[in-house]
Amino acid sequence: MIQAVVFYVFATIVVGAALGVIGSRNPVHSALFLVLAFCASSVLWLLQDAEFLAIVLVLVYVGAVMVLFLFVVMMLDVNLEELRRGFTRYAPLGGLVALTVVLEIAYVVWRYHVGDVGEVPAATPENYSNTRALGTLLYTKYIYAFELAAAILLVAIVAAIALTHRRREGLRYQDISAQVAVRREDRVRIVKMPSEPKA
Amino acid sequence: MIGLAHYLILAGILFSLAVAGIFLNRRNVILLLMCIELMLLAVNFNFIAFAHQLGDLAGQVFVFFILTVAAAESAIGLAILVVLFRNRRSIDVEDLDVMKG
Repeated sequence: MIQAVVFYVFATIVVGAALGVIGSRNPVHSALFLVLAFCASSVLWLLQDAEFLAIVLVLVYVGAVMVLFLFVVMMLDVNLEELRRGFTRYAPLGGLVALTVVLEIAYVVWRYHVGDVGEVPAATPENYSNTRALGTLLYTKYIYAFELAAAILLVAIVAAIALTHRRREGLRYQDISAQVAVRREDRVRIVKMPSEPKA
Repeated sequence: MIGLAHYLILAGILFSLAVAGIFLNRRNVILLLMCIELMLLAVNFNFIAFAHQLGDLAGQVFVFFILTVAAAESAIGLAILVVLFRNRRSIDVEDLDVMKG
């Protein structure tokens, strides 16, 4: 009973936040609505016994990806009115496509009883740890995929830095190879001069 | 009782809202990236719901990898966006026609 209440409350929040994302005038508001959608989704994931992923969703998405989005939105000086042009023109088409997709998915779910896969799963035992179970699986059966994911993240870091890095004129850099390659003759000049006689 | 069907319908609504958002905001690249994030969230809902219903953790492992790839994707996408804005002073999709023959 309480599960149903929590589900409906947070499902409403998620759908409302999604509406806010696609309907806001300001991209900053859209990003903040997306944060709300992620937070409410993590509650719904908790209901489905995915504790680790719910926390990861908040930490990684709200903490990193959405902050990156907000950073970029605020850094770029974008002409908003220009970008909003054509919004109402495509609103009927967008609404029609959305309605069609929802009706098709609802039809399939109800017509073929997708919801009736076996009986309701039993509650997990008292000392069950979702994190431990997921970690055991990740570090054994899916270890190669896990390593690949790490490589993908590394490539993403290198690509993002290489794309946005720019060399600016007038900055004083340290040229290390020139420093190492310097020879004694370039720097030191030995001057021979007679010593002065004693007074 | 909240079952699999509720989650599937919710994911369907979320996904279709994201599709509608791509139609509505088809000029703003940042909004397009956000709509893609919403779509991925909807797909993750399906994986989590099925993993719970079938008692198989493989679904959650998939969600883990989707989160990883989505984070990489948005990092590179935003980097491209920043470079784009630096070069053309605009993030309008219709301005991105350099490769048009």
